[in-house]
Amino acid sequence: MKISELVKKLDLTVLTDSEYSDRGISGCYIGDLLSWVMGRAQSGDVWITIMNNINIVAVAALTDCACILLCEGVSAPENIVNKADEEGIIILQSEKTAYQLACELSAEIQK
Amino acid sequence: MRKHYTISGEDFSAAGEASSDFKAVLKKLGIDPTVIRRISIAMYEAEINTIIHGGGGECDAEISGKSICVTFRDNGPGIPDVNLAMQEGWSTAGEHIRELGFGAGMGLPNMKKYTDDMTIDTAPGQGTTITLIINL
Repeated sequence: MKISELVKKLDLTVLTDSEYSDRGISGCYIGDLLSWVMGRAQSGDVWITIMNNINIVAVAALTDCACILLCEGVSAPENIVNKADEEGIIILQSEKTAYQLACELSAEIQK
Repeated sequence: MRKHYTISGEDFSAAGEASSDFKAVLKKLGIDPTVIRRISIAMYEAEINTIIHGGGGECDAEISGKSICVTFRDNGPGIPDVNLAMQEGWSTAGEHIRELGFGAGMGLPNMKKYTDDMTIDTAPGQGTTITLIINL
């Protein structure tokens, strides 16, 4: 599944300007403790979190996750969006809860 | 091939720059992606610890034909009880650090988990040197 399909099907907002349409998604990881996420998120995961400080960009870059998905209406300050664009990291956003997003994502991946 | 990085203390916005730069170098060299991921995670944890606990420090990363060796040195307070610090979930990080998403007590355990060899040279008042090795 591609990020462009995910954005459409889950009705997500794209906060960054990086090209994302062709990037693939293979799974999902939910977490807010950065070291925990660092050690467990897998390459290609959609990382769902409410954490929105500058360090999420480094964690996403180093784990090679497909994108960051900020849930429950959490937004990303401009400095984080700019840093993400510099690193080629995609940040998405939704009003839904992590649970809702994970359920919908799982259903889409299994189709 | 060798790279040197200076890590400034308390600058969380720059955290991960050494790890990200070295990751890019390894990618260009065509190193196995699994190895890159392992050393990136270990380096990032060490980088964060150097900022949080060490007040900044120095990092040397070296790639030889057989291994990747990365050393972090700081002049912080040192670790009084290394065995305790190695336990998952044990942390001395303050509340403001936890609010940033750190201080989960996963730093040293993650470094050990993702490397083939890890050594800690530390004593109270004498700073900490951590050496991380991944075999190629």
